[in-house]
Amino acid sequence: MNSETGTPGTSGTPRRPETPQGPEAARAPEPPRQPANPQAPRATTASTASPALEASQTPPAPRGSWLSEHSELGVGLLLLVLGVLVLTDALTMNVDITQRGPVGPRTVPVVVGIGLLVVAVLLTLDILRGGRGEAEGGEDIDLSGPADWRTVLLLAGVFLANAVLIGPLGFPVSGALLFWGSAYALGSRHYDRDPLIAAALSLVTYFVFDNLLGVPLPGGPLMGVL
Amino acid sequence: MDSLNSLLDGFGTALTPMNLLWAAIGVLLGTAIGVLPGIGPAMAVALLLPVTYGLDPTGAFIMFAGIYYGAMFGGSTTSILLNTPGESAAVVAAIEGNPMAKAGRGAQALAAAAGGHFAGGMIGTILLVVLAPTVASLAVDIGAPDYFAIMVLAFIAVTSVLGSSRIRGLASLLIGLTLGLVGLDQMTGQQRLTYGVLQLADGIDVVIVAVGLFAIGEALWVAAHLRRSTGEAIPVGRPWLGRDDIRRTWRPWLRGPVIGFPFGAIPAGGAEIPTFLSYVTEKRLSRHKDQFGKGAIEGVAGPESAASASAAGTLVSMLTLGLPTTAVAAVMLAAFQQYGIQPGPLLFEREPDLVWGLIASLFVGMVLLLALNLPLAPVWAKLLRIPRPYLYAGILFFAAVGAYAVGGEALDLVILLIIGLIGFGMRRYGLPVLPAVIGVILGPAAEQQLRRALQISDGSVTGLVDTPFSVAVYAVIVLLLAWPGIRRLVITRRRPTAGA
Repeated sequence: MNSETGTPGTSGTPRRPETPQGPEAARAPEPPRQPANPQAPRATTASTASPALEASQTPPAPRGSWLSEHSELGVGLLLLVLGVLVLTDALTMNVDITQRGPVGPRTVPVVVGIGLLVVAVLLTLDILRGGRGEAEGGEDIDLSGPADWRTVLLLAGVFLANAVLIGPLGFPVSGALLFWGSAYALGSRHYDRDPLIAAALSLVTYFVFDNLLGVPLPGGPLMGVL
Repeated sequence: MDSLNSLLDGFGTALTPMNLLWAAIGVLLGTAIGVLPGIGPAMAVALLLPVTYGLDPTGAFIMFAGIYYGAMFGGSTTSILLNTPGESAAVVAAIEGNPMAKAGRGAQALAAAAGGHFAGGMIGTILLVVLAPTVASLAVDIGAPDYFAIMVLAFIAVTSVLGSSRIRGLASLLIGLTLGLVGLDQMTGQQRLTYGVLQLADGIDVVIVAVGLFAIGEALWVAAHLRRSTGEAIPVGRPWLGRDDIRRTWRPWLRGPVIGFPFGAIPAGGAEIPTFLSYVTEKRLSRHKDQFGKGAIEGVAGPESAASASAAGTLVSMLTLGLPTTAVAAVMLAAFQQYGIQPGPLLFEREPDLVWGLIASLFVGMVLLLALNLPLAPVWAKLLRIPRPYLYAGILFFAAVGAYAVGGEALDLVILLIIGLIGFGMRRYGLPVLPAVIGVILGPAAEQQLRRALQISDGSVTGLVDTPFSVAVYAVIVLLLAWPGIRRLVITRRRPTAGA
């Protein structure tokens, strides 16, 4: 991991509604410039220096952030919307001519749609009663801080750009851009090494898939020249 | 006897130079990808799917067998050397394996794990050879209602056995079923949820769903919470076992499959439960109880053997019934569908070359795994130090390659990203991913069987329960659904007696 990997610019932090919150807020705005620096001592100095220490020990749920505390309700809402979409699609289906047998193409979508609505309601009730889905942990996952939306949006953007460019530019170019862009978004700042790795990976993948494995990928104008 | 002959034919298929090469490449690729932190076997298999697109089915599945076992072994290497298991089956390996590595016995821990994988895989595959044809011949006569019952069982099992919240498992399953509805209805050609988009008429490819949920979803989720200081991997030399270690490991190696294999064959969450059970068993039986928690080699050997045997057990239900019980099996089923092959009781009759070639290559793969991975362990350990931006950029890169290779459509990449974002949201709010994948894969098949069954019975619902087999399966389903209630009853009843 290189040394400049912090969350550059941390534009995500000001948007957080619950800023005055003791150690967490004190730590978040400054990106860890040296990963070798142990986190624990810094966190303790921050919390001892913070006047809001007592406040941070009371349950961290200020009334103003009810919505962000219950953001999982959005999952229920999404399921509800999905259920309505599936049901309307099923019920507007024209099945008179095509139906064969007692069960037409409509039955299962109707069951799934109703199921979605029921689960949406049950999930909402569960959340309002205090049930919470547990965020998934993992090897490289640090759940102590807030989500880094900037990186996620950048990655999604880079990925979409690849979808748009793969046709006109061909895979070797768009794939290299995808790798470099993703590595950049994830915090890699080796301007000499990163593009080289991206180009090499993309070209090797193209040749291995297109020539050795028989899986066609678009070469684009570049491969026309070579 | 018959299956022994078929197996010998299978070895004839698996030992051709070309297929041997595919198996070796599969083992190496599977281990390399599986060792990478954050990549579990399911994601490894999903990411490596496109590599096999250009091969004939037999070669492809022989390579898959290698990838599967390689990825499982790679996962335990990560847990032992890094103490941060990427998937639930490898959690137990970290409990004893990592303290061993810290105490300078990493080489022995890796050797115990490799030996466990070898022993568990061998015994498991032998059981597969013995059992699979029998199960398949028993299942040949089962009809549409029975298949439908089995699929309902799979749905219920993945939503209620796994994970902590049933309602969230159910939500995930329904998301998967919805994705599976998109496209032309198989029986009438009616468009469903396509909204007039031509490319959606063929449905959303299962591979895109699997890669989106497992790879893109995971990469985005990690990106949102990337740990800026990664754990230190412990360097390791060539794995070996001393005489004393072997004395302590051979019994756990042999006991593991007894626990692992049956659990793999039933839809109970794959290797998670059997590895834990094996760990508890070894702890109880060990003469070195005081070492447990501080690096007892039995605690690595037993669970690893159980995990490997459960992978073989998974193949029994996958090959004979078309029933995937783990995420990896689900992705492999998707791969079968990719070649237009439907796993099930008829597979052994219709594609004997493929099935027996695949089973024989499991044995070959196991030997290759041991022969290649022991000397290469120090190299694999180096992979743990890959800079995280490159790792996750690479996952996105290869996910894009895989999704594009499915149909050569740029739109597939957009769908992949959308499904990846769904996977991101599911990780954020604790919806398990496996039910969604099972829903996409089995949903359309279940609908077909349901409609076929009701067509036969002329619309009467009793047509779904008119065979002893389907009734038995529904009884199991009821038991599964009632289990939490039963357990509560048992516990409250036992408590007073325990007090008295």
